[in-house]
Amino acid sequence: MKRFGSAKGLIGIGLLLLIALVAIFGPMIIPPDAATAMDMQSRRSPPSFTHLFGTDQLGRDLFYRVLLGTQTSLKIATSAVLMSILIGLPLGMISGYAGGRTDNVLMRLVDTLLAFPALLLALTISAILGPNLQNTIIAIGAAFTPYLARIVRGEALRVAQMPYVEAARSSGTTDAMILVRHILPNILPAVIVQGTISLAFAILAEAGLSFLGLGTQPPAASWGLMIQASRDYLDIAPWIALVPGLAVALTVLGLNMFGDVLRDVLDPRSK
Amino acid sequence: MKGVLSVDHLRVEFATDGGTATAVQDVSFSIHPGETLCVVGESGSGKSVTALSLMRLVEFSSGMITGGSLSFVRADGTVLDVAAASPHVMGAVRGNEIGMIFQEPMTALNPVFTVERQLTDGLMLHKRLSQDTATAQALELLRSVRIPEPERRLKQYPHELSGGMRQRVVIAMAMACDPKLLIADEPTTALDVTIQAEILTLINRLKRENGMAVLFITHDMAVVAQMADRVVVMYRGRIVETGTVEQIFENPKEDYTKALLAAVPKLGDMKDKLAPERMRLIGDEADRAAASAPKLRAPQVLLEVKNLTTRFPVKGGILRRTVAQVHAVEDVSFTVNVGETFALVGESGCGKSSCGRSILRLIEPTSGEVWIGGRNIGALNRHDLRLARADMQMVFQDPFASLNPYRRLRDQVAEPIQNFDLASGAELEKRVLHLFDRVRLPREFMSRFPHELSGGQRQRVAIARALAVNPSLIVADEPVSALDVSVQAQVLNLMMELQEDLGLSYLFISHDMAVVERVAHHVGVMYLGRIVEIGPRAAVFGNPQHSYTQSLLSAVPIADPRNRRFADDLAFKPITSPIFPLGHQPTPSVYTNIAPGHIVLNA
Repeated sequence: MKRFGSAKGLIGIGLLLLIALVAIFGPMIIPPDAATAMDMQSRRSPPSFTHLFGTDQLGRDLFYRVLLGTQTSLKIATSAVLMSILIGLPLGMISGYAGGRTDNVLMRLVDTLLAFPALLLALTISAILGPNLQNTIIAIGAAFTPYLARIVRGEALRVAQMPYVEAARSSGTTDAMILVRHILPNILPAVIVQGTISLAFAILAEAGLSFLGLGTQPPAASWGLMIQASRDYLDIAPWIALVPGLAVALTVLGLNMFGDVLRDVLDPRSK
Repeated sequence: MKGVLSVDHLRVEFATDGGTATAVQDVSFSIHPGETLCVVGESGSGKSVTALSLMRLVEFSSGMITGGSLSFVRADGTVLDVAAASPHVMGAVRGNEIGMIFQEPMTALNPVFTVERQLTDGLMLHKRLSQDTATAQALELLRSVRIPEPERRLKQYPHELSGGMRQRVVIAMAMACDPKLLIADEPTTALDVTIQAEILTLINRLKRENGMAVLFITHDMAVVAQMADRVVVMYRGRIVETGTVEQIFENPKEDYTKALLAAVPKLGDMKDKLAPERMRLIGDEADRAAASAPKLRAPQVLLEVKNLTTRFPVKGGILRRTVAQVHAVEDVSFTVNVGETFALVGESGCGKSSCGRSILRLIEPTSGEVWIGGRNIGALNRHDLRLARADMQMVFQDPFASLNPYRRLRDQVAEPIQNFDLASGAELEKRVLHLFDRVRLPREFMSRFPHELSGGQRQRVAIARALAVNPSLIVADEPVSALDVSVQAQVLNLMMELQEDLGLSYLFISHDMAVVERVAHHVGVMYLGRIVEIGPRAAVFGNPQHSYTQSLLSAVPIADPRNRRFADDLAFKPITSPIFPLGHQPTPSVYTNIAPGHIVLNA
């Protein structure tokens, strides 16, 4: 477990811990209405002592909006990615391991979904189901599932051809046990890498949906929504984009570092 | 006399995550024109790093020459210190004055260029030849390495050539600019034994005709005996012993050299022996190795294979229809007796591995019967087949790939026992412990992961796993081919010891004639999917009847420098393709009796 103690591990864990604390306790320290009250007198004011991170185009305090948005963004992104793993992982594993007709049917299905841009797919699903938090998660999760299934399937295909899988089969191990004991641990690194990357994209996908009115609904806040809204004021009030943008960047950085270290920790060869 | 190349106290270090690691230190030797110097050692001995340093190629894999000098006498007579030369000068030396041959002929050639392009590039760069003269020269080179139909080969791509021809092209490339020094890094390790014989002969002839110096890197003592004038033995980055080939083989001074030589199975060693015999290793208790008098038992059939045939479809076209078939195993029949070893030998692609896998039904045979202990394996359903596998286990070639890197060794050895619910809890732990003792692995290895073990130790784990369910048959597919020679001997001894103690039967699949001679009771020689000759070990090795068996035996290098076989040009019949169009009906295998149990396929 000493790998968690590396500089990379400590920074990654530190960042994620900070973000988690903000997500859980952040909303509690926001004074009533502070994040949603508009103040047209002081809109687009730069960071100052009254407004730590400045204010947005409607004069709302950016510090409180970021705090408010953390929970929404993370809830949607992590749930969507978890959903894509829960569906895509078994799908890809079975497809890659079974091969033949099973593989063909499952992968043509996945290919069909991949033919649509992920965001368009999420958009359609969200439009059909109606915009709310839960449906946004379903929409993004469903859009990400085929990508994950593809990657898992490729890895499973590779691992299924390893001699240790043949050895397991020749010593009477059942298919289910081969999948759980031999295939799964060997494809987990790829899933971790893909999962952490997907989280970043999920945060941004949520932004896209929100921008089109199919994601988070104002006056609720999410990082993506804030970035989208800042678009028109980039040249005169860059902090409106910068503040939520930094939040996304730090989260992704923390996740990637943590993902790297987690992969190393799980790999017995790196000890 | 001053050598073409003098290496003086060479030291090479590699930058790693955990600081610098010294790969080679204090290595000194020199090579003279017209001489073959063999650098021999096991994996990790630093022999390849030494070779790469001579070309300054280590720098491309984060290595650094941190000490010593490498004096190379250039074509114009000036002496160049390779260790200190500028990259520009090295560019003019590499491939021009020093040629290099690599181990893997497929990866040493660029797959997107024709043979002509690969050969002419170097000529045009170093010799400033025009396209036409370079092409003419390339054709000449192909002739000199004796490639059949050289004109046609120029326009072909590497994948269209056989392994032996590819290696000839690689040699032609290395020879293109008449180098004064040829470095050959394990040039025949990836090749079949007959092709190896051809390539070794070719290198010998080119050396003789061009008077160049050859630095030959290998792990194979038999090849050293056949090729070397002088030998450098390396171990863990240092030189252990240097001497002429006769000195090294007949009068080795260092213990390491002695141990290395003792571990090499020598073809012909078993001439007058009745049964397989363990190798006498240095440091092994001599009496334990010798004490095992062969147990005589009445032969009792364990495994009977009847007319086994396995074909693979070759798919083609847009619809991926089957357009042809690979006849991997064609009408193969043999028996394996209780407590004995039946060896299947043959070159790559002869179907020996497919045969072993078809018997276990890891691949489904097309037709034929496999009887073991009164059961027809081919007729079992999935459930019964799984249960039947408790009686027949497999050991694979690559000990690095046949163990799951993410599972502790205890769990991997316990898995077969759990699969058949033979034991659990403390009883299971006891059995796994016993298995580790049985294959002579320390008990503390049980909680380790595969990467913490060496190749030989991993192969012991694989054997323990195969033994876990007390099988009567073990199919061992090239079980020692990936191991260093000293480790190979230990694993072979372990397998023979287990056979004596437990009455195991082995189906031993190998390409190595010397190893097979050591371990087998009966031998089947495979060629193009069929067994061409089958019989008791002494009969097949002592009185080979089929022309293929004879050429195979004549191609094996013998670890004796006084018995050299690769002086004249050799050309073996290339192996033809086992791919046939759909509906092809091969003739059944008909055999002639030579002696009781010794039969030969009719032509």
